[in-house]
Amino acid sequence: MTDNSRESIEKFLRSLFGEKYAVQFDDLLLSGEGTFDGTPVAILGTSSRAPIGVSLALALSRHVLDIMREHPKRSILLIVENSGQKIGLFDELMGNNGYVAHLSTCLDAARRRGHKIIGVVHDLAISAGFMATGMAASECYALNGAELRVMAPEAMSRIMRIPLERLNQLSKTNAILGPGAVNFERIGGIAGIWSDDVRGEFRKALSQPDEEDARRETGVQRGGRLFAARVARAVREGRRQL
Amino acid sequence: MTESYLETGARARIVGLLDRNSFAEFLGPTARVMSPHLPGLDMPAAFDDGIVVGEGTIDGRPVLIAAQEGGFMGGAIGEIHGAKLTGLLERALDVKPDAVLLLFDSGGVRLQEANAGLIAMGEIQRAVLATRHAGISVIGLIGGRNGCYGGTSIIARTCDWLIGSEEGRLSISGPEVIETIEGAEEFDSQDRALVWRTMGLKHRRLIGEIDRVVADDVTAFRDAAKDYLGRSRDLTLDALEAEQGFLTERLNRFHDCGDAREIWARLGINEPARVPDLDPEAFESIATTLAVQRP
Amino acid sequence: MESFEFFFPGRPGLTWRGDGKLVGVVGSGNLEVMIEPVQLKGECLVTISTSVTGYRETWKRVVADFVDRHTLSDIRVSINDAGATPAVVSLRLDQAVAEYLGGPL
Repeated sequence: MTDNSRESIEKFLRSLFGEKYAVQFDDLLLSGEGTFDGTPVAILGTSSRAPIGVSLALALSRHVLDIMREHPKRSILLIVENSGQKIGLFDELMGNNGYVAHLSTCLDAARRRGHKIIGVVHDLAISAGFMATGMAASECYALNGAELRVMAPEAMSRIMRIPLERLNQLSKTNAILGPGAVNFERIGGIAGIWSDDVRGEFRKALSQPDEEDARRETGVQRGGRLFAARVARAVREGRRQL
Repeated sequence: MTESYLETGARARIVGLLDRNSFAEFLGPTARVMSPHLPGLDMPAAFDDGIVVGEGTIDGRPVLIAAQEGGFMGGAIGEIHGAKLTGLLERALDVKPDAVLLLFDSGGVRLQEANAGLIAMGEIQRAVLATRHAGISVIGLIGGRNGCYGGTSIIARTCDWLIGSEEGRLSISGPEVIETIEGAEEFDSQDRALVWRTMGLKHRRLIGEIDRVVADDVTAFRDAAKDYLGRSRDLTLDALEAEQGFLTERLNRFHDCGDAREIWARLGINEPARVPDLDPEAFESIATTLAVQRP
Repeated sequence: MESFEFFFPGRPGLTWRGDGKLVGVVGSGNLEVMIEPVQLKGECLVTISTSVTGYRETWKRVVADFVDRHTLSDIRVSINDAGATPAVVSLRLDQAVAEYLGGPL
């Protein structure tokens, strides 16, 4: 599994950078550098559907801090690839939520300091794993065929006590509910799903203007998440009615 | 007269925290901004979608405040609920209050609105950081029945300060989830003592994850919150490095611990088994000396 | 889910001013009740949304009894119910009135 994932990520990096890149895989973490259109780009991420636990979160934030220190304003390609948070006694005991919060805080700080962070969901991203990484990027995209979800539909069906067929049926008309990159794109959760012209997509992504948070408006424009933008604006304006 | 924070609802918590008659609610229940997704699943919706947001004062100082209603859908975050929170934090950038108070009482993402809930988590977190980067204090309060789990626990640890009662819990995965996936030998979700010493706020205080443990009383929460109004934790590169150091050192120090009591013993607490019995004052005086200090 | 709407003749007495009052929580076995002033030429309007179907007549009876217990007019009572018993429904309705009058029961 590990080797397939690494191979697949290397293949993706080659299609972006040609020969002009070098990454190191250190267990589930990958880091390195590439040159794109003559400009250096930092590469950082995880592989093999990594569960995000305290050690991995810490290692990732270490790299983000190093990039901020050593390469101000350098763009970052963030490979988003995880199976959500690591589940286990030790990581809970140590307060995994704090480690994950620190990771997103570092990514967010880098973004505010002028680093363009392009997140790309490579194969799978789940819940807190996506929140920690992809959602803290300047924009996050998904490769064609990548999966994005909150939870496996069978587990959702069991916990909510709603038959799976009913869930699947509802998911067809409501992008809020079922798994899939297409749904996340429709609600504005990801900026887009990349075509095979990944170089063109990356170039376009790097040139996008910096915005504080366009995701709610995108959800409205794409028809997938119609209310969040209006509701947030009404509260921001201190209104009693919508 | 004491009023249990645990037992009371979101609106009552807000009223108890703020100066009398100072609370003005935004998009309150009469606005009927309700979940557009629950009816399709044959589930009853709430007039305020389970979160109360607005502004008021504490000792005359302007604050923005949000309280999750734990009794509705486990306080879980859906599209409307999440947007109310995000909008409130963004309002702070405009009106610059002395603090934003977030009263967490949530199991995380509302599965019935899964994708919207998850995206809301990221939007809320970004808004917390924007507010903090603008120098406005963001204070989290935890003490409800649902605790603070899932994405909400990540948002909580993105705040400047965290206050809570020992009834509160803060962790990313719920006890049942850990047991379902890893088995009861790894984590027995029915063992309440285990749950509380792993995820409860006394443990979190001792390892430096939260800043203060208070009694289960709304006035105690108010008094503690007052101490943090207008105060911020830096977000400079140096501050982030300090946090990185704190998290690394703590992990190294306790990497071989399998239970909270081992950690507490290593911190120099004489009778770790008695920590759950200590009243909040006695506990805080021990924590002040022996807890891991967050920078 | 089922929804009902009932109109009752009002009895002048309590005048609702200002905003609506909300009591209760939409949790299992519970309900939320909101009472707001509304121009209805003295009548009372009760709207109910409930996740437990088949109890229209019970709702009508409970709400009629409530209106009868108090002197209400020009009010709108809105309910989101998640399976509360008639006793709990009556309690919440009375609580809403009591809170409007200035304090818990």
